[in-house]
Amino acid sequence: MSMYIAKSRSIAARALDGEMVIMSISDSVLFTLNAVATEIWQAADGSTPLSQIVQERVCAKFETEPETAYADAEDLCRRLAERGILTISDKPILNS
Amino acid sequence: MTLERILEVGGVPVMLRMDDPELQEAVGQRYSSYFTDKPSRKPLNLSVHVTRNGAVEGDHRPRIEWLGDHWIFERTDFRAEWYPGTGTGRITQEGAFHFPLDSVLRILHSMIAAPNGGCFMHAASAVRNGHAFAFTGVSGSGKTTMSRLAPPDAAILTDDISSIRPVDGSYHAFGTPFVGDYGKPGINISAPLKAVYLLLKGPENILEPLGRKDAVNVLLKNILLFNKDPKLSEALFHTAWRMADCVQVYRLTFAPTPAVWEMIV
Repeated sequence: MSMYIAKSRSIAARALDGEMVIMSISDSVLFTLNAVATEIWQAADGSTPLSQIVQERVCAKFETEPETAYADAEDLCRRLAERGILTISDKPILNS
Repeated sequence: MTLERILEVGGVPVMLRMDDPELQEAVGQRYSSYFTDKPSRKPLNLSVHVTRNGAVEGDHRPRIEWLGDHWIFERTDFRAEWYPGTGTGRITQEGAFHFPLDSVLRILHSMIAAPNGGCFMHAASAVRNGHAFAFTGVSGSGKTTMSRLAPPDAAILTDDISSIRPVDGSYHAFGTPFVGDYGKPGINISAPLKAVYLLLKGPENILEPLGRKDAVNVLLKNILLFNKDPKLSEALFHTAWRMADCVQVYRLTFAPTPAVWEMIV
């Protein structure tokens, strides 16, 4: 099953030295994403499947096995979704 | 008889209307150096009423809630309504003391500063040689200690709550009447903010400049926001980044002796 991801609207974010610093504005908690997570975050447009994001933005830029990269990306997205800074769905997310 | 006094903190004037003579006297003593007859702009309006019958209900921690067209601030000793659309509000407080009004003013000023690019920070601050320096950290980290150790040529703006806002492209720190253990209102002056120091007590004085990400973290953790309003949170997030662009943030480990001020230049 495909996973689609979109940035939450309840965040404020800034890029610094290639990494995203994100604040959940509901509770003011700060998150810093590493380079790989930042690539995934920046590509989270709601319409590109996570598998394609991993292939084009992670595997193409970082030395990693596709299966491992996808499993890690899926785990990351679920954790970010739990914190309310990413939305995940098995269908494209409209109006993201 | 109702007394009207304009209290201006950080460039935000508030017309206080008080009908209780004891409160008038308490407020007059506490905020004397912050009253003005020539406000920098049209004052906001706040009427303050005193009750002595336990009519105010609430928790020890302030409850702050948006009710569609106004805010409610409530604690065991006060209940306040604030209408941002008209810039007016009303406080009912238990007893003729300045403390409840002081708490409401801290909340109100922090909320007004946020959308205008400013903030209130849990920090002591002082002016020396024409520049302001802020000293932040958790309670017990040394904010009041730094204030007490200050040399005679340093003017203390506050030992607890610093008012910071942009003026002509740079951040300035303003004196506030909001005090901690130091016990004295800050001097009512302002100056460009040169540095923010995250305080840690230690055996010797060590000054370490922080990178931008750590600086933003320090600022965000110590900027005051009494409620969790998303728009204000977002505004303060961006304020912290802008401030980190133009104000150096240090980690200052210090031994509590006057020598620490030799590093504040």
